[in-house]
This record gives sequence, structure tokens and C-alpha cells, in this order.
Amino acid sequence: MNDKQPILKVESFNVDFWVDGVWYPAAIDMNYEVMAGEVLAIVGESGSGKSSSSMGLMGLLASNARVTGSVKVKGTEMLGVSQKLVRKFRGREVAYIFQEPMTAMNPVYTVGFQIVEVLRTHFDMGPKEAKARAIELITMVELPDPSNTFDKYPHQLSGGQRQRAMIAQSLACDPALLIADEPTTALDVTVQAEILDLMRNLRSKLNSAVLLITHDMGVVADLADHILVMKDGITVEKDTVDNIFNRPQHPYTQQLLAAVPKLGSVAVRTLEKVEGSEAPVLKLENLVIEYPKRGRIPAFKAVSDFNLEIYPGEIVGLVGESGSGKTTVGRAAIGLIPVKSGSIQVVGQEIAGASMKDLRKIRRNTGIVFQDPASSLNPRLPIGESIGEPIFLAGLMRGSELNHKVEDLLDSVELPRSYRNRYPHELSGGQRQRVGIARALALTPDLLIADEPTSALDVSVQARFLELLQGLQEQLKFACLFISHDLAVVDILSHRIAVMQNGRLVEVGSRDEILKHPKDAYTQRLIAAVPIPDPALQKIRREARLAGK
Amino acid sequence: MAKKKTAPAVAGENAIELQETAGLSQNQIVFRRFLRHRAAMISVIGLLFIVLFVFSAAGLRFGSERNAATTPGWWPYSITDIADMSSENCAEGLVGCPTLDVLPAFIDGTGMGLGKHPFGQDDIGRDYFALVMRGAEQSIQIMLIIGSIGALLGTVIGAISGFFRGWIDAVLMRLTDFIITVPTLIIGAVIGHRVGNLGVTLLGVFLGLFAWTGLSRLVRGEFLSLREREFVDAARVAGASNRRIIFKHILPNAVGVIIVSVTLLMSGAILLETGLSYLGFGVVSPDVSLGSLISQYQTSFSVRPWLFWWPGFLIVAIALCINFIGDGLRDAFDPRQKRRITKRDLVKADKASKDA
Repeated sequence: MNDKQPILKVESFNVDFWVDGVWYPAAIDMNYEVMAGEVLAIVGESGSGKSSSSMGLMGLLASNARVTGSVKVKGTEMLGVSQKLVRKFRGREVAYIFQEPMTAMNPVYTVGFQIVEVLRTHFDMGPKEAKARAIELITMVELPDPSNTFDKYPHQLSGGQRQRAMIAQSLACDPALLIADEPTTALDVTVQAEILDLMRNLRSKLNSAVLLITHDMGVVADLADHILVMKDGITVEKDTVDNIFNRPQHPYTQQLLAAVPKLGSVAVRTLEKVEGSEAPVLKLENLVIEYPKRGRIPAFKAVSDFNLEIYPGEIVGLVGESGSGKTTVGRAAIGLIPVKSGSIQVVGQEIAGASMKDLRKIRRNTGIVFQDPASSLNPRLPIGESIGEPIFLAGLMRGSELNHKVEDLLDSVELPRSYRNRYPHELSGGQRQRVGIARALALTPDLLIADEPTSALDVSVQARFLELLQGLQEQLKFACLFISHDLAVVDILSHRIAVMQNGRLVEVGSRDEILKHPKDAYTQRLIAAVPIPDPALQKIRREARLAGK
Repeated sequence: MAKKKTAPAVAGENAIELQETAGLSQNQIVFRRFLRHRAAMISVIGLLFIVLFVFSAAGLRFGSERNAATTPGWWPYSITDIADMSSENCAEGLVGCPTLDVLPAFIDGTGMGLGKHPFGQDDIGRDYFALVMRGAEQSIQIMLIIGSIGALLGTVIGAISGFFRGWIDAVLMRLTDFIITVPTLIIGAVIGHRVGNLGVTLLGVFLGLFAWTGLSRLVRGEFLSLREREFVDAARVAGASNRRIIFKHILPNAVGVIIVSVTLLMSGAILLETGLSYLGFGVVSPDVSLGSLISQYQTSFSVRPWLFWWPGFLIVAIALCINFIGDGLRDAFDPRQKRRITKRDLVKADKASKDA
């Protein structure tokens, strides 16, 4: 093979979708090439066509898509040729790593079986030989105890391990091109850092070309050589990592980079004490929450011995990895989850063991913004009704008075008033999340619980959302428990930060104390693992982290 | 200023998927999908035609045999009129043949026409068209009654057990299991034997009391998954009571499952009634239903097969129409169901984009 020949060469490549008799373009006139051993990152917000264009490369799109142009893998044209030829290239030369490892692996087969299957489809290989090769691959992706892992089912592995298994499967045939579609989005930061290390090692070991699709600028800075920025299907800018990050030309690229939250980039926010109220709005004391045992599954202690106080007008960020119990704390604070022992006081009233009637009273002082805007709004109710419901049920207003209030609330979250008659499915994710805030603030609560409200949003949407939340908080002076896995987001918003691990509070302190001088080892590890959207800085951090290990 | 910033994001985020649903409520989307389903639309028209035709032909009659309130239909004979046996249109040695002639004059030379007894006559000279119309009317009534009672009970029981879970669920579901294990035909036979002579309305009501089991299982399953959705928590935080959450928040989201399975329940009901009447447990003579007509004349199948054809044809037509409607509804409510795109659609779109 000629070394000068690009592994993937894409020319005047278009993807269109047929909707109701009209073609809507998803990717327009893309041109790029990827050489061996090179990582090209395609970045853009959701809807920019980055995923559709990469799926379209190997004909993996739904039947309402139209793909035109030219895609050459190692010089062989992939578009408009027979399915048989394309199939030969899939898996053998081009491998995919998907976003969601749980759904991308078949749950009824063992990990080993699935790797062996790929091997035996493409090579003339005996079962024993294939198994040996599979175990070799499992070892290569650094999964613990390879010969045992071979016989494990996907559900027996953790999220990060599953992603490793996925990678092992895609590497089975030493593909020349690896297409990774948001490979770390579903993972925690510390796990993400490990997977990124692994991918970097593999690239240098196997000399494959990698096409990385992601929205996370930190990941891009960590891994990519070249970047292609997409917006609404159009290639906005294409350059080296260094140029894009340090000398972005196009205004959209600049805007995108500006929207990315960076650790420690915001000036310290001072807390103005709200007059005459020194009592905490939320007081958690020795809180223990247990999910009761079900059948043979033993009881699970999700939160143990948790103490935290939030004062009026204060935003406290609660961070931790998935499964650390941070969401459980938030839900318990609003009375959605029963408390095993300890106490939760909201504005002086005890929630633990309160009756339904008492709870209803307490809930007038609290609001919650949920993680998934798609699931937290009733799909059958117009959003005006969703927003007005807390007021209606509290019996405060009826009829036209309520209508006015709903319009005011829509104004305050910067949504057009006409949206009140729309249904959730007609809104974008960011708009839905604004509706979520409007509803949470309908009763002007003293305490707002925000449970990962930005995890489903794009960076630029997230930036606007955080701005909005901050503005509202300064205006209304509610206390806020902001739950997030993203340290950079918490950094922007909060006055104090609490760190959780395995249901325990590890460390709590002011923003500066936690981010600049973390005392606990876990906090240090967490902060070190966050990829920083700056290639040079990230390289230094990475080396420091690896040296520390 | 902040609003201006929002605009591009609105256009960008999942804009393509939103094209199809812009400005439509959930119900409008479902309705539009339903209108596109060709088999279902034909069935709706077919069923409407059958119902109107049958009910206007036979007239309505409520109440028991002795004191019935009736409205006359447009067909001159009633099921109690006994006419002289006519041998019109018959082969040698037969009487009471159908006089309906659908073949025009240039084929068989006699021309199209209804004749005196288009569906023929039965053994004692009653007009068979009147009998079939009356039978179909009865069967459709039973179907509607069973369907609505089954839907009501199934939804309420399923909703309660799915929402509250725990011991309420256990008790209700064991009751459901119990009713499912007893064969429907046996329940129907007992009920039919006891109340069959009290008129179709009561028969339908009692059968409906046992027809809810399948639906309640489905609704329970739907509630179990919907109650874990975050909008239910959001409603609870807003201060909604259990009743409000069940009926205002969860039930409208489960309505797809309910509508679909009720239509299927109805087509099952018409077959159940037919089966019962065929066995002699349903509608009792002198009144008739489609099933009892078939059962009464099963012996004459080889000689006068038309006594079999007409009620059989109506049973199949009604059940098929309802099944197709249910099928169409299921497709319409399933958001993952994408319209199949034909080559013609693609060519059309190509042309449109070239013109523009």
C-alpha cells in the first residue's frame, strides 16, 4: 500500500433526508481525507449533520436518506457499488465505535462470542484460533482478566469496560479506518480519560486512521490532529487542532469555542447574604437513603451519612460520577424518595417521614428541573398547561390571571408567548429545558433543585441556559442545589461545591478550595481527568496525570 | 438580544425531524397518520356503510319481546312476517331462493334487480333479508356493548394496579388471571343460558363483565412504564393528587394502547357472540343474531347454501373491517412507525427540488 494514499477520501459528499415530499440536506458538499495514523475530528452541535454524514459513509442510513458524491476507502469507491463489496469493507477495513455500548452490543451473547463472530466472518479462521485472537484483543484494550472476560455478558461489565469491549470488537480485523461516534459521551470523566488514553495508544500501535465525531471540545483537544467544524450540514472550517483552537477563523468556530465552559475561567462569585435570614434553606443531616431489597437483590445503600446545608441565595454544586448517589440526594430533598434515617429540612420543615399533605405544603417552596427535558414534560399537555399546573394545583390563580402568569413565566425564560399552545415534541431540547425551569419557578420557590439540567444540551445551548439560570437566580435569589457530573459547568455557576463518591460526601468547600486546592484524593483525580479544550495545556495535564498513575 | 441569539439554535437542533410535526398536536399527528393508512380508511368507510345500511333497513328495536319500542326501517318485511314461499329464480324443486340479481342484462339476459326476497326465504317463508339485517343489528349492538364495558373496566383496573402496584396490583392481577384461566366460551355459555332470553343488551353487559382481562394487562404494563417517567414526578412535585396523575397525566399517554386493543376486543366480541349463538346460548328465538342464523340453518347447507352465505359474509366483513381499523390505529400511534417511502415519492421530491 502506498503510504501517500489517504485511507479515507471524501469528495463532494452530500446527505439528504426525505421528509414529506421534500429533500432536506443534512450534509452539504463535504470534502476531506484522513491519512493512516491520523485523527480527524468532526465537531458540531446536534443537528449539524456530523453523525449522519459519518453513517452515510458506509451506507448505514435509513431508507429515506439519499447519499451522493464520492467516498473512497483505500482508493476503492464505496458509493453506488454492490452491497456485497460494501459489506466486505465494513468491519474488515472500516469499523464503527458507537455512542451507547449497552445498546450496541447484543445482550444475549457473550463479549467473546461477538468478537469471534466478527473474526470468523472476515477471516478463514478456526474457532480455537479465533478465541485466541479474541483474548489477545481483550488484553490489548486492557480489560481485566481477559480469559474470564471472554465469557462474560455485556451486562456483567461496567460502562467503561463495555466501551472497551466494543473497541476490541471493532479492532478485531485491524481496520484501516475507525469511525468513533461520540465514543465517550455516555461515560464518566475518569473513565473517559482512560478510554481516550486507550484510543491514543491504539492509534500509535496499529497506525489506523480515526474519524472522531464528538461535540466535546475537551475530547477533541485531547485526541485529534485535524478538526472539521460543521454547522447545519456545511463545513464551516477545516484546519489543524492548533489552528482551530488558537486561531479560529470562522465566527461560528469562535462562538463554539467561547461557549465551551472551561475550568477556572470565571471570576469568583461572591455571595450576597440575603437580609435577615441566616437559617439554611435546605439542611441535610446524617441522611441515609436505601433502596429496599427486592426479591433476592439485597437492599442498596445509595446515600450514607450525608450532611449539607444550603443558605438563602446560594448555589451549591453537587458533583460526582454516575452511581455516586447525587441524583438520589436531589430527589430525596424534594420528597420523591423516602428517607431511611436522618433528616431533611426545607425552610425549617421536616421532609423525612412527612405525610402527603405536609409534603404538598413543602413542595410549594421547592422546584425541580429534571435531567431529561424530553421525558420530564407530559407529551400530551401543551407547555402552557405544564407550566401553569403547579399554580393551578396550589389554588393560587385561575383563568385569565393564570394565563397572564404563564405568559410572564415564558417571558422570563425568554421563550415566545405563542409557545404556550405548543406541545413538547415541537420544541428543541434547549427550549424544553427552559420550559422545565419556568415550571420549576412557577411558585417562586425558595429552593430549586437542578438535576443535571444541561447534560442533554449542546454546548452553545448549554451556555445560554446557564446564563439564563444565573440571571434568574440573581433576580429571584432562590437557593439552588445544582447537580452535575460536569465540573466546568458547576464551576461557572456555584458558590460552593460538594463532591460525592459512592454515596458519601467526600469534600465540600468554596469553589476555589475545591477546584484549585482539592484535598481529597478522589477530588484531585476527578479534576485531573477533565479534558481541557486547549491542546497544548491538555497535553501537559495528560502527561502529569499519567505520570501520577 | 437574548432572543435573537436563540434563533439559530432553533433552526439547528433536530430541525429535520421537526419538519414533519411542526405546528401539530399529538392527536393531529396520529390522525394524519391514520388517514394515510389505506386499508384502515377503506375499512372505516366500509364499516360505516354496513352499520348505516343494517340499522336503517331493520329499524331499531329495544326492550324485551313483549313491550318493545321500535322504529320502522325501510325494508317492508319484519322478522315475524311470514310470506308465501316463492319459487322465483329457483332451480327445479326448490323454494325461497334469493331473487337478487347482480348480473346485468347483457350477460344473463334478465337484468339487475332485487326481486321480492333478495336474500331468499327461510323454511317457513320469513324474508331472509329482514332476518339477516336484524341479526347483524343485534350482533353489532352486542359488540359495541361488550367493547365499551370491557374498555371501561379494563382501563380502570389496569390503571389502578399499574399505578399503585403492591398488594392492590397483586389482588387485581390474580383476579385477572383467574378470569383468564376460565375459558370464555364456558363463561359465555353460562351467561347466555341465564340471560340470553332477556335481550341482547343484558347479554352484552354480562359478557362485557368478563371481557376486560386482556386490556387490563396491557394498560397495567403501560402504566408501570409511564409512572417511572419524569413528567409524573414533575406532576407530583407540582402538587398533583394520585387521581389527577392517573387520569390527567398518565391516561392520555396510554390512550393509544387502549384504543387499539379495544378495537381488537370488539372484533373478538362479535365472534364470541356468534360462537355462543351458534351453540344456542346467545340470542334466543324468535329473535335472531348472525350466529343463531348460521346455527339454525346449518343443516340446509348443501341444498340452500345462501342461508349460510349472507350471515357468514357479514360476520367476516364486520370483523375484518374492525381488525383493519385497529391495525391502522396501532400504526398511527406508534411513533417509530415510519411511512414507507416509495420510489415514486423520491422521484417526485427530486423533481420538486430541481424546480425550486
